[in-house]
Amino acid sequence: MSGAEAVWRAALAEGRFLLQRGVASGRAFFPPRGFEPGTGGDVEWFEASGLGEVYSVTVIYPKPPAQAYAAVLVTLAEGPRLMSRVVAEEAVIGMKVRARILEEDGAALLVFEPA
Amino acid sequence: MRGATAIAGAATFGVGRCPGWSALEMAAEAGRLAVAEAGLRLDDVDGVFICLPDDLFAGLSLAEYLGVRPRFTDNNRTGGASFMSHVVTAAAMLAAGQIDVALIAHGSNQLSGGGRLSTPAKSNQWEAPYRPLYPLSSYALAAARHMFEFGTTRAQMAAVAVQARAWANGNPEAFAKGDLSIEECLASRMISSPISVRDCCLVTDGAAAIVMTRTERARDLAQPLVPVLGAAAATWWNAISQAPDITTTAALESGARAYAMAGVKAKDVDVVQVYDAFTINTILFLEDLGFCGKGEGGAFVEGGRIGPGGALPVNTNGGGLSCCHPGMNGLMAIVEAVRQVRGAAANQIGGVEVALAHGNGGTLSAQATVILGSAATL
Repeated sequence: MSGAEAVWRAALAEGRFLLQRGVASGRAFFPPRGFEPGTGGDVEWFEASGLGEVYSVTVIYPKPPAQAYAAVLVTLAEGPRLMSRVVAEEAVIGMKVRARILEEDGAALLVFEPA
Repeated sequence: MRGATAIAGAATFGVGRCPGWSALEMAAEAGRLAVAEAGLRLDDVDGVFICLPDDLFAGLSLAEYLGVRPRFTDNNRTGGASFMSHVVTAAAMLAAGQIDVALIAHGSNQLSGGGRLSTPAKSNQWEAPYRPLYPLSSYALAAARHMFEFGTTRAQMAAVAVQARAWANGNPEAFAKGDLSIEECLASRMISSPISVRDCCLVTDGAAAIVMTRTERARDLAQPLVPVLGAAAATWWNAISQAPDITTTAALESGARAYAMAGVKAKDVDVVQVYDAFTINTILFLEDLGFCGKGEGGAFVEGGRIGPGGALPVNTNGGGLSCCHPGMNGLMAIVEAVRQVRGAAANQIGGVEVALAHGNGGTLSAQATVILGSAATL
């Protein structure tokens, strides 16, 4: 049996974005863990809706000729927050987004696009 | 615990540029100076506390270098909060009689050694694929959200840098001097929006050390008494994506506990030293430490309030932004607070009875607050 991170990555590689929640509390969290943070309670996996909202944005300006790119924090509809990228011209705080899974550097990568 | 221990010695070494020295050599030299000015001998030291950028076993290395056999060694690695955290541990151990003389030291040769921030820390596996600059983009995300929620402006953040420079201009030890205007800050190169070059602390060499004893012993030593009135630490996350509210840090908690232990409030603090890795830090910590309300920090730092002649002197040595930033700045802030209480700072504030020094580690992750007083506060 694998740890929670490996389970999550295997699902992502199959095109599924999973989240966990506490069985007793129903509270969703991310990143994946072997138990509910704060309580140690049992957890269950479920399919994320993929919906979220941009919580913050920073645009990173590397030395030319490298292109500027944005890193964002997304608050998921289920509550947890994660760092990601929005595949769009511009990402702004408050933007509604939807999850998408890309392949990058030989691995599945969770990104978002405007909803 | 209030006032049970005191800072009996404080020193800096190699501030700014110190070519030809290793981080350990610099920390040890600062330690030797701090022990000597306290009126103690190296072999009095029986507790060693240190965090170095390039040595996971730094406490063992420092003890060996000093030629002492400590009863306790602490390599706490909470970034820039390490040294305030060391004060928490040292105060408790001194008060309990487990050690008698604590040496807390730090050194870095990151300017002479390469000119980039020297840290073994990096983004975790959940954030790294999105290529944030570590740690800078995490602070940028906090700043962007603070601007969105509270209307904080880049000019207000620039005001923090400009006032830090004004303090540095009066401090012979400071590395960055000369005129700096808000316009220059705003025009400086953007790195990770909204943080531009002038929102960032320096990359310098530098070392610092303090010596702590029980207050009854410190009374008979060489320097004016600087009792530790309060000290507390708090950790709320590691990765910035795990912050429930990115505009409120654990300084809210470490500050509240340090104030409670010290029996003082923000309004009683005469001079403030906060770890200003980026200009937004000063704004966040002034809010979380109760000097103004949440969201009011941007307006609070305008109009010269935290600069020379201002109502609340903040980072009176020039801070990490303009005095010195040897990778982790916490100990420099404590040394400046000690100097202010002693009446021996370069930019001395009149009648300092209570000084606060606040450290920040990681990506606004770990916070620790130390409140020092004069002998009159006991």
